[in-house]
Amino acid sequence: MQELQQILDQALQQFAAIGDEAELEQVKARYLGKEGSLTGLLKGLGKLSAEERPAAGARINQVKQAIEAALQQRRDALQQNKLAQQLAAEALDVTLPGRGMGSGGLHPVTRTLERIEQLFHSLGFATASGPEIESDFYNFTALNIPENHPARAMHDTFYIDPRHVLRTHTSPVQVRYMESNPPPLKIISPGRVYRFDSDATHSPMFHQVEGLWVDEAVSFANLKGVVQNFLQRFFERDDLQVRFRPSFFPFTEPSAEMDMSWNGGWLEIGGCGMVHPNVLKHVNIDSEKYLGFAFGLGVERLAMLRYGVNDLRQFYESDLRFLKQFN
Amino acid sequence: MKFSEKWLRTWVNPTLSSDELGHALTMAGLEVEAQEAVAPAFDNVVVAEVLDVVKHPNADRLNVCQVNVGEASPLTIVCGAANVAVGVKVPCARIGAVLPGNFIIKQAKVRNVESFGMLCSDKELGLAETSEGLWLLPSDAPVGKTLREYLELDDTLFTLKLTPNRSDCSGMVGIAREVSALTGCALKPLDIQTQPVTLSEQLPVHVADAQGCPLYCGRLVRGVNAAAATPAWMLRRLERSGLRGISAVVDITNYVMLEMGQPMHAFDLARLSGGITVRRARKGEELTLLNEQELMLDEDVLVIADDTKALALAGIMGGQGSGVETTTCDVFLESAFFHPDAIAGRARRFGLATDSSFRFERGVDFAATRQAMERATQLLLEICGGSTGAISEVRGSMPARHAIALRRSRVERVLGIALDNNQIADLFTRLRFEFTVNPHLNPPPEGEEADAASARPLLDDDYRVTPPSFRFDLSIEADLIEELARLYGYDNIPALAPQAVLTMLPCSETQRPLSRIQQTLVAREYQEIVSYAFVDAQIERELCGNLQPVALQNPIASNLAVMRSSLIAGLVGALRFNLNRKQARVRLFEIGACFAKADDGYVQTQRLSGLAYGAALTEQWGTAGRAVDFYDVKADVEALFAPQVLRFVVAAHPALHPGRCAQIHCGEQAVGWIGELHPQWQQQYDMAQSAVWFEVELGALTRTTVPRMSEIAKFLPVRRDLAVLVDEPVAVQTLLDAMRQAAAPYVGEIALFDVYRGKGVEQGKKSLAFRVLLQDTHKTLTDSEIEPSIAQLVAVLQKLGAQLRM
Repeated sequence: MQELQQILDQALQQFAAIGDEAELEQVKARYLGKEGSLTGLLKGLGKLSAEERPAAGARINQVKQAIEAALQQRRDALQQNKLAQQLAAEALDVTLPGRGMGSGGLHPVTRTLERIEQLFHSLGFATASGPEIESDFYNFTALNIPENHPARAMHDTFYIDPRHVLRTHTSPVQVRYMESNPPPLKIISPGRVYRFDSDATHSPMFHQVEGLWVDEAVSFANLKGVVQNFLQRFFERDDLQVRFRPSFFPFTEPSAEMDMSWNGGWLEIGGCGMVHPNVLKHVNIDSEKYLGFAFGLGVERLAMLRYGVNDLRQFYESDLRFLKQFN
Repeated sequence: MKFSEKWLRTWVNPTLSSDELGHALTMAGLEVEAQEAVAPAFDNVVVAEVLDVVKHPNADRLNVCQVNVGEASPLTIVCGAANVAVGVKVPCARIGAVLPGNFIIKQAKVRNVESFGMLCSDKELGLAETSEGLWLLPSDAPVGKTLREYLELDDTLFTLKLTPNRSDCSGMVGIAREVSALTGCALKPLDIQTQPVTLSEQLPVHVADAQGCPLYCGRLVRGVNAAAATPAWMLRRLERSGLRGISAVVDITNYVMLEMGQPMHAFDLARLSGGITVRRARKGEELTLLNEQELMLDEDVLVIADDTKALALAGIMGGQGSGVETTTCDVFLESAFFHPDAIAGRARRFGLATDSSFRFERGVDFAATRQAMERATQLLLEICGGSTGAISEVRGSMPARHAIALRRSRVERVLGIALDNNQIADLFTRLRFEFTVNPHLNPPPEGEEADAASARPLLDDDYRVTPPSFRFDLSIEADLIEELARLYGYDNIPALAPQAVLTMLPCSETQRPLSRIQQTLVAREYQEIVSYAFVDAQIERELCGNLQPVALQNPIASNLAVMRSSLIAGLVGALRFNLNRKQARVRLFEIGACFAKADDGYVQTQRLSGLAYGAALTEQWGTAGRAVDFYDVKADVEALFAPQVLRFVVAAHPALHPGRCAQIHCGEQAVGWIGELHPQWQQQYDMAQSAVWFEVELGALTRTTVPRMSEIAKFLPVRRDLAVLVDEPVAVQTLLDAMRQAAAPYVGEIALFDVYRGKGVEQGKKSLAFRVLLQDTHKTLTDSEIEPSIAQLVAVLQKLGAQLRM
């Protein structure tokens, strides 16, 4: 009895002192191995009487189980320990910068165009495009600007040859689209346009978005509604005021300039109007049945206001220190 | 059109402030571009006469003056101006005056002499940038009168940005008419009297082109004093409209032009030979203009000629040698109506833009042509004296003013609001349009047959409107609707959301969205740029080998003279710009049109192009640094096109390193280029390292296919690696192509995974390692199938000179 208790105490003591799994298994053999002390006691059971044998056997087994449990416990503890050490050794400096590629970015004009397109697509406008070297027919004549019309002088046109110009606006896309698509139709046409002009507020190349809606029941009041809706959404300001001023474009009538409230004043933001019957006539659309409205917006102007850019020329300098601010 | 508010208010004087008036004009479509006070605020400044000047006892440069300011006793004022003299009239700021800059005039002791005010220069009054001494006023300036009153300084200058349709507002009479229509305020008519004819002479006038010149009025005035001074009031109005005084006669013609919108011209009779003919110029006819420009004319332009030569470019500018000078004593005055079609574009053709051509090409009121002549004669006689002959008038047919039909229902459809009959009638009346309410006629606006029109249902709200002679922009119903809307006020038309039938937009899946392409590049560190589509011809020649670029006829700068045939110039320019600003690592891309000549016009292709320079990755702790190279950028291009597989074909490009350059093929089509910038350009552009550039056609990139699923193999693939030694010049693509062609159907991927040169590989050779995956969808492959397939591939490689490495 006393011997059993001694064996158990000694085993527990020894296990606790061991810091290595292999050693633990060696020590285990001293108790439970073929030559182990408990194994010896079990072998000695045969010497006991049949009456003593079961009780003694049960006692030995109890101790054996206790030793096995202690062994397992120690094994687990050692494994835990080892893992903890490994984890500690593997710790990283998580504050080191990430490795590999960074990212680039889109030009602020592209960013603005995406936003414009997104808003108009939500209203069902499709996007159309056209050539940048444009015939003078599409750029002017088909838009009700005959040769010698003073409005041609307003446009400061770049000429390629006597019959071809760099388009001065994206309005020719209207005509091209209407030539091949029957009404009702709803498009915007974003793109580069060219005017012979260069200073802090004028660039010889810039971007416009032209919008066109031709249907049986669209009115000047709707034009106001759509443009106002767009500007309020674009600038995310429901209180944004939009003002329409009478103006003149040969291809719209009535025509208007659009002004937007900004810093207590009014800022010109584009031109618009009801499509001129002559323009519809050019593309064989019955102007008695269909009405249309069109508007043109300066993309750079919108980007400048939205992002606080003060010099138009910065858009074309490709200065990374400027461009990266819009990523 | 620039004008003085005070002048306008002599015609129509609404109870609006200057700002309100400006707003009303702007909101009516006559945009006020600038609105400025004639003079800054100051007060207590009067016209004074210097009575006596004595040297200041204690200062060499100062004078002590006695100055009459219209009071019983003169003021003593110390003055330092060099031009002070007895008898001059000058502005005097009295004690208590506040001058611009909040400069307060006080009684002061100047070196022990009391001074009771200050004599002023125009600079001190804020009326000039610089001045040399006191502002000397005319000798008839009324002493004691406040300067503001005397010079009408309480005035505002308006500058209108006139649209081409509103030529009627290029004269005061038109602006006044418009203000009257806008405000309802009465318009005072100009008092023009027919001048008594005191001369029996008339110069013969012949109009050879009655279409170009439907109305010509000419008149002789003899015995004028052309050296007479232009009255101050006229000069002031001219100056406030931005015109300089020239001489009395010219000033009068300019004045009438500003007042009535009718350009006029005055010839010196002594310099004319014979009568006046209005005709087309002859081809090759020469004319030297007043501005000394020498023109070679042709039949396209209209001239005023005498019996021997062309005198003036009709409606545009007078010629040299026939105009009025101060010595002129007999004048021939011209007031004509030239048809817009005969003038439009002509001035521009010769690089001219004159006050006269501005008005004639937009349209001048032909009903006022003769009136303007009377008005000019009246002023001429008043100012220069003389006796006048009868007006020689040649009158053809004036531009037609057909009645335009207007339907109220159409007004409502176009504007989105209903105007009632009273409103429409009121608006037309205010606009001075003649109109009838026509209960029995409702014709279509134009084009349709009259019979069809009369068959329309009868409505009681139709109008027939005859445009006035001063309007050249009204010919169809839409023109009238615009007028109604304009006067009714765009502000009064509500902003309404449209109501429409909703359908979804088409959404093609065989088009890769542009935004996805852009995002791929952005994720690979490229920064988008936008550069000019016009570039330097030299760069086009050097980098693109383009000897026949699409050139601009009128470039804005000599280095922006041709249209780009590639985006490379913009990217290289942007790279250099950024390198000069200490950016060591640059990746850029641009999407834009490129241009080339074609047989029947121009080819305009959208392209995508990118450029990479500097370290492959941003300098960092975790990866050894190396420069970006061909293969980095090649991977970018491949990622753009994936899952389409590209081929890279050896070819030459003028911008690129001949050994590091390839044409990019997608399917059968060459779609672009990739390569390292040629060392020659790298050196010329001062780049420390080489840049890698690519350019592809956007069309090829956006085309894609809708995916179709194929069955996933149930059995795992077998991998075999093949390592071979080949001569250095052998292209990997050649080996891949040959293996692919020979491969058994169950050979899946064949890919290169290693290239080795160095120890164990002899000079001039390279070791290549290929991965071959074999797979059958229905069964596991056995060695008896695998081995012959591999052997087949090896045989192909060997045929191409490869040695198998064990």
